[in-house]
Amino acid sequence: MASSKKNTKGIINWIDYRLPVVSFLKHSAVDYPTPRNLNYWWNFGSLAGFFLLVQIITGVILSMHYTAHVDHAFDSIEHIMRNVNHGWLIRYIHMNGASFFFIVVYIHIFRGLYYGSYKAPRELLWWLGILILLLMMATAFMGYVLPWGQMSFWGATVITNLFSAIPLIGDSITQWLWGGYSVDNPTLSRFYTLHFLLPFLIVGVVVLHIVALHTHGSNNPLGIDRKGPQDSIPFHPFYTIKDLFGLSFALTIFFAVVFFAPDFLGHPDNYIPADPLKTPAHIVPEWYFLPFYAILRAIPDKLGGVIAMFSAIFVLFLLPWLDTSKVRSATFRPIYKILFWIFLIDAIVLGWVGSKPAEGIYIIISRIATLYYFLHFLILLPLLGKFERNRPLPESIGKPVLAE
Amino acid sequence: MSSIKKSKKKSRRSFIHQASGAMGIVAVSAAGWPLVDQMNPSKDVEALATIEVDISGLSEGQSKTVLWRGKPLFIKHRSKNEINEAKSVNIEELPHPEKDDERVKNPKYLVLIGVCTHLGCVPASDKGDFKGWFCPCHGSHYDTSGRIRKGPAPKNLEIPPYTFKDDKTILIG
Repeated sequence: MASSKKNTKGIINWIDYRLPVVSFLKHSAVDYPTPRNLNYWWNFGSLAGFFLLVQIITGVILSMHYTAHVDHAFDSIEHIMRNVNHGWLIRYIHMNGASFFFIVVYIHIFRGLYYGSYKAPRELLWWLGILILLLMMATAFMGYVLPWGQMSFWGATVITNLFSAIPLIGDSITQWLWGGYSVDNPTLSRFYTLHFLLPFLIVGVVVLHIVALHTHGSNNPLGIDRKGPQDSIPFHPFYTIKDLFGLSFALTIFFAVVFFAPDFLGHPDNYIPADPLKTPAHIVPEWYFLPFYAILRAIPDKLGGVIAMFSAIFVLFLLPWLDTSKVRSATFRPIYKILFWIFLIDAIVLGWVGSKPAEGIYIIISRIATLYYFLHFLILLPLLGKFERNRPLPESIGKPVLAE
Repeated sequence: MSSIKKSKKKSRRSFIHQASGAMGIVAVSAAGWPLVDQMNPSKDVEALATIEVDISGLSEGQSKTVLWRGKPLFIKHRSKNEINEAKSVNIEELPHPEKDDERVKNPKYLVLIGVCTHLGCVPASDKGDFKGWFCPCHGSHYDTSGRIRKGPAPKNLEIPPYTFKDDKTILIG
């Protein structure tokens, strides 16, 4: 027994000497020193990675049964739902997996906003994260087109028409995106290709995201730098266990939705085959686009609306410099803490009005909320860093714990 | 003497570098263009450009929707009231000023591309504040000449190229 164990170790060492996979994993996922005070909000990065993996696995399986052609796409989805063994399960996991991927990523982003995780030296880590969000949005949008239902078709029409707002070259760009004069078969087949490709690009950016993360290590709830080894604990077993416990909790909720309310987050109109002659009375995008959709509709001008919508995401790239405060964590920033919660409510309000028809009071609410969204980033945060007096920062992460 | 020689030599060397760099960019763009252009409408899509529509069955007040280039096309047989309403508008008040006369070949028949100029939805007919079309997606109102009157759309509904082949047939495209 003892000798076989020794042999295994010998083989691992032989491989590791030539291809250092084992020592790489040990370095970055086992011994990796992590701040000792991370709370459960730091669970959402690994959860996002998990849902990315779920999407890729279920997506590859679905692609074996799906047909990307306007005459067959809708039927092939029904074929998956009715005929393919466990097809209903795999598709419902994929559909709701997209929603949960966004839930988890949005919480991950708001965690970063609360604890100032975008501040030096983590600006590029933050940028890579926004890039992942943009790629996710493109992937999710194109995935939603594939079932070729009414919402698929009209969602694709509205979103691709956003590009027609660009002066002079807008129409040529939309025709180039469509491969025709309207959303049609060439559009469907290229969206399918890109929907398959982009997730692997996301994996690539996630790798860079982790490389950047491991360069300076995780931020932490106190937002102060680690002073020495007493402030860190190894990733394994402490955070592997913590992350796994959080995962079991997330999976419980996820499968409750998959099994008991699989269409809760979708739209019934998408179970009607696409009809290029008839727009549904009330078209809305998937829930995770609603805040941005509300910003688009809040501006009464076509080009202006499109610019505002894209700016709402691109302003995040500037955030590390717009927030002029040197203190990271909101725990020690009494005013920022209040602004954070107002901003979160503002984002939820935008999501809510985005789901309502563009008329009456909803237009007014969406305009106020849009104005506040940009006010928060462009005016409040730059000024706050100059006037806010932060609470005293603790000397070190370990001290409050180890002093006793 | 030698320093002059050296700087001359250096500038020649950098000229070669820049020239070959520029050629490289030209070559890569030329090679890249087919990879980009393949996404533009293909020949068979471009070829489906003209259709004939029979309007003999269309009585006053009725409209007809046909598919042209993958888009809906509205052909509306307008009533006298609707024509008068379209003509009586003071065009200086319009977001996209066009006279009704410029938008029709025969005032009785209005031919429109049924795609909202905002973000491409299909407006519903005989709806909205101006009794023309109303787009449910983002609330654009069009009048009986298909002109934008209220809402986020920037332009009037587009008129496709068409001719009257005879009294009962329209050739579109």
